[in-house]
Amino acid sequence: MGIGGDSAEAVFLLAEFLLLSCSNWLKYEYKAVNLVKGEQFSPEFSKLNPLNFVPALVDGDIVVADSFAILMYLEEKYPQHPLLPQDLHKRAINYQAANIVSANIQPLQNLVVLKYIEEKCGSGERLTWVKHHIEKGFAALEKLLKDHAGKYATGDEVFLADLFLAPQIHAALKRFKMDMTEFPLLLRLNDAYNELPAFQDAMPEKQPDYVPS
Amino acid sequence: MSSSSKLVLYSYWQSSCAWRVRFALNLKGLAYEYRSVNLRKGEQFSPEFKKLNPLCFVPVLVDGDIVVSDSFAILLYLNEKYPQNALLPSDPQLRALNLQASNIVSSSMQPLIMQSILKYIEDKFGPAERQLWVRHNTEKGFQALEKLLKDYAGTYATGEEVYMADVFLAPQTAVAEMRFNIDMSKFPTLNGIYKSCKDLPEFQASVPERQPDAEL
Repeated sequence: MGIGGDSAEAVFLLAEFLLLSCSNWLKYEYKAVNLVKGEQFSPEFSKLNPLNFVPALVDGDIVVADSFAILMYLEEKYPQHPLLPQDLHKRAINYQAANIVSANIQPLQNLVVLKYIEEKCGSGERLTWVKHHIEKGFAALEKLLKDHAGKYATGDEVFLADLFLAPQIHAALKRFKMDMTEFPLLLRLNDAYNELPAFQDAMPEKQPDYVPS
Repeated sequence: MSSSSKLVLYSYWQSSCAWRVRFALNLKGLAYEYRSVNLRKGEQFSPEFKKLNPLCFVPVLVDGDIVVSDSFAILLYLNEKYPQNALLPSDPQLRALNLQASNIVSSSMQPLIMQSILKYIEDKFGPAERQLWVRHNTEKGFQALEKLLKDYAGTYATGEEVYMADVFLAPQTAVAEMRFNIDMSKFPTLNGIYKSCKDLPEFQASVPERQPDAEL
């Protein structure tokens, strides 16, 4: 649930993946919420998502905020292209990988927290902090996925874990310029994700509201 | 290594994350073997436990050959494998709401106020700052939950039955009130939910003080 949009990427990634693999029966309208301008605090958006984070999905009368809840909602609504395997154990691996990212890494690398650390102790400490938490999470992911990974995180198809991993690895490399040589599996997955058109299209740089920094 | 087919839960009495799983196991009527990991003594860093969970967190559930870490993942796994007394409603909006409320607790609140982070804050910035940090992050999460659930809550978070949102909320509320002295009267919906959960024998059996490793 980061303001940085990593979790929004997970949702876009899924939407794009479904869009491209299912002959465009999953269309979505992109509504930009400019976080830099504080648009997430508008009364209209606050009503959609009281935590004022993106993403939020609107499907007719139904409003779903939170990337995990959105992905599970889409999974249940569009079962033709499952984002979870059938096997219970592999499903549990997917849930764990998703939560390592969303509960153990992302909350500690979001802009609000990083700003706090930087204001208190400077940008050096901010980087130390963020690298520590990412590395801890990545080390756990390497072990978790070691016996389950195929072409992708938990086999030869893209599943929930990949939707969380892809933006997180991207952020580690691009935003935080981390050295990932200790995480060969994650690096290999990153290469695989980079070959997916859905992932390319979901990247921040490709979104309608992208502003180069 | 146990050859029993019984569920094994690695837990610590004071862990709010383990509390969630204890509550859920009770709701589903699932018996389990309680194995204590003494966080105060650093047992989570033992090689044996690290093998189970490299992140060195409780809870960890062992179900035969399957090892599941992370309370959210454990609850989803339990709900799929043992569907009785479902943890998620069938209505899509209410289902999403439960997942969202659970994730607000699990991703936006608890990770920022767990002991290791609070220790860091206190070591670096002092106890006053730690208290401010706890209050800020707890109240921010509770404000969002209050808004989210205001129009849906009944006896419980999303109506008249206990679901996943309640399983996350009740322990978090208990910790906020008892450990961090948060004034819950500011959050009437959440307070009401907590009161309802406290009446449940399944919740009562899951409280820290009733666990085998409780130090009272």
